[in-house]
Amino acid sequence: MKYVDEFRDGALARNLATSLRAEVDPARSYSFMEFCGGHTHALARYGVADLLPANVRMIHGPGCPVCVLPIGRIDLAIQLALERDVMLCSYGDVMRVPASDGLSLLRAKARGGDIRMVYSPGDALRLARNHPEREVAFLAIGFETTTPPTALVIRQAAREGLKNFSVICCHVLTPSAITHILQSPEVAQYGTLPLDGFVGPAHVSIVIGSAPYEPFARAYRKPVVISGFEPLDVMQSILMLVRQVNQGRAEVENQFTRAVDRVGNRAAQAVMAEVFELRDSFEWRGLGEVPFSALKIRPEFATFDAERRFGLSYQAVPDHKQCECGAILRGVKRPADCKLFGTACTPEHPMGSCMVSSEGACAAHYTYGRFRDIPLVTAT
Amino acid sequence: MITKKNSYLRPLDLKQGRIDMNHGAGGRVGTQLVDELFARAFDNDYLRQGNDGALLPVPRPGHRLVMATDAHVISPLFFPGGDIGSLAVHGTINDVAMLGATPLYLSASFILEEGFPLAQLKRIVESMAAASRACGVPIVAGDTKVVEKGKGDGLFISTAGLGLVPEGCDIGGANARPGDVVLLSGSIGEHGVAVLSQRESLDFDTTIRSDSAALHTLVAALLAAAPKGAVHVLRDPTRGGLATTLNEIAQQSGVGILLQEAAIPVLPQVAAACELLGLDPLYIANEGKLVAIVAAEAAEGVLAAMRAHPLGHSAARIGEVDADPHRFVQMSTAFGGRRVVDWLSGEPLPRIC
Repeated sequence: MKYVDEFRDGALARNLATSLRAEVDPARSYSFMEFCGGHTHALARYGVADLLPANVRMIHGPGCPVCVLPIGRIDLAIQLALERDVMLCSYGDVMRVPASDGLSLLRAKARGGDIRMVYSPGDALRLARNHPEREVAFLAIGFETTTPPTALVIRQAAREGLKNFSVICCHVLTPSAITHILQSPEVAQYGTLPLDGFVGPAHVSIVIGSAPYEPFARAYRKPVVISGFEPLDVMQSILMLVRQVNQGRAEVENQFTRAVDRVGNRAAQAVMAEVFELRDSFEWRGLGEVPFSALKIRPEFATFDAERRFGLSYQAVPDHKQCECGAILRGVKRPADCKLFGTACTPEHPMGSCMVSSEGACAAHYTYGRFRDIPLVTAT
Repeated sequence: MITKKNSYLRPLDLKQGRIDMNHGAGGRVGTQLVDELFARAFDNDYLRQGNDGALLPVPRPGHRLVMATDAHVISPLFFPGGDIGSLAVHGTINDVAMLGATPLYLSASFILEEGFPLAQLKRIVESMAAASRACGVPIVAGDTKVVEKGKGDGLFISTAGLGLVPEGCDIGGANARPGDVVLLSGSIGEHGVAVLSQRESLDFDTTIRSDSAALHTLVAALLAAAPKGAVHVLRDPTRGGLATTLNEIAQQSGVGILLQEAAIPVLPQVAAACELLGLDPLYIANEGKLVAIVAAEAAEGVLAAMRAHPLGHSAARIGEVDADPHRFVQMSTAFGGRRVVDWLSGEPLPRIC
């Protein structure tokens, strides 16, 4: 594949690995958080950990949109499908996220709910057009990457005067999540979570640009390198972070120059601003309530807001007592530290959301990396 | 004087007609459907016996029989490179052939939904008949049932196959041994992607065709090229793809497998479609490929025989069996790292076979 294979080249990877080994200071360790699930997935799927020096540790951050979606939000969607006879559409990743009462969207579907997997909100809009007799709702999740498409379909539905389409808006914002981690006691006070810098979001930054990271790079003295999602991107970004740390710099650098600039996509930002406004507070799975960290639909588009349309009220639901998703999402624990990991909680029977999406820290480690937890068998 | 009329039944309307509940009621209309459509298309000596079951000769002592059964619920019924009918024939023949057997007979049951167009049924039955003839494996028994509208999805086909294992042939999923070589008969992922491209919710055009094919002649060719007992495992990586099939074998044989990512053939169109849809070709279904796990010393000969066969022209050596007690399937990535290749969890594509 042109423009993809170039960024997965094994020979270039070995060169980068050599540079990394040469440049890291053996007397210290480096801890970098990759914010996005896309980076977590790339690190695991391509076996990048094998190419990193032993004193470079990658911490999986909270940037997997499925993982930070709290149980109560899925419950709202299930409620619409099972109790209000709504045709509920969402992304495939959300289908298996565990909700209350042992349900998930997939299990609610087996109980008779009309639940459809779609590849884009445009598909949901089309279902609404083709089924004027049905209420169609789209469970919209994700960071700034998936937000503009949701905004577009809401605006389009308004223009067409669709009477049967609405959105459960669960869109969340990246900068506030990063700030939240930097202000967490583990990082800010106790230092139990050593954090030397961030591998910054790829697709999110295409939309918002690199400028929004500048305030906290300055304020918290943490370097940020915006990185593409291909494995070579991630390796190069790690090298750039190592150089910043070695030189005592804390800047926002952009490795993903082929797609990201400082200002971002203004058209996308405009349509988001037209349709959405800030929520005062939003519950994140693992992080709890985070002020000004999510979006809601503006009153002008209230008729497309499923929460208003159906009078839904959000109920917070606690995670399983032993589930460590919260600590894992904050980078405080690793997947294998959780008692449930690989025993009660597997991709087939996820207890926590980190085990659901392939971008989740637990699922990525289970699927691609769990052989590292046990004595390695050398290949014949 | 009373004239005695010959009994007359209006022929099936194969252009405009549709299945109705009468076709399954066991009366003249049902018999007519079987006679005019199924029996006519599948025609062979065994069906002509006209009994409730087919009478078959007993194999010679020392030979063993293989029986396999398969249900087909694919949606859509027609896809680039095949349809549910040809797929049913190929899939069942392949299940039989993967034990090293020569497939001999098939049976087929059809569950038809009320309202299903006869024209489509005719197309599927004829495709099935053509596939069975091309493979030289007759459909010797069959049945049809009709379910009410809404209780089926147009058409389901259930097939069974019977085959003969020659004396001394012992091929099975539990026979992989450390040191064995893993061979793959060709590029992966085409069937799943071809089917996916036809889904109504997915707007993408592609030239990718399903690889649906009967593999019994390829099996015969590779067995002929191998010393006796050198072929340990044969399996077709259908649902769940290559990754799932190799995990099944690792589990059954109590071994590990180490793959070389760079050696696994994937067509660029398939790789691109998977990239776009967030899928991994390792987990995408194939319907015309096989994995052969063979003794190391026989690997080159078997690989050459596979490559000489039209269905194995891009066969490749993709990995080795090791003695991992944890039964992991691992992969050296083209990138230079290593990772687990796990079982498929969840469903990337609904109903692909």
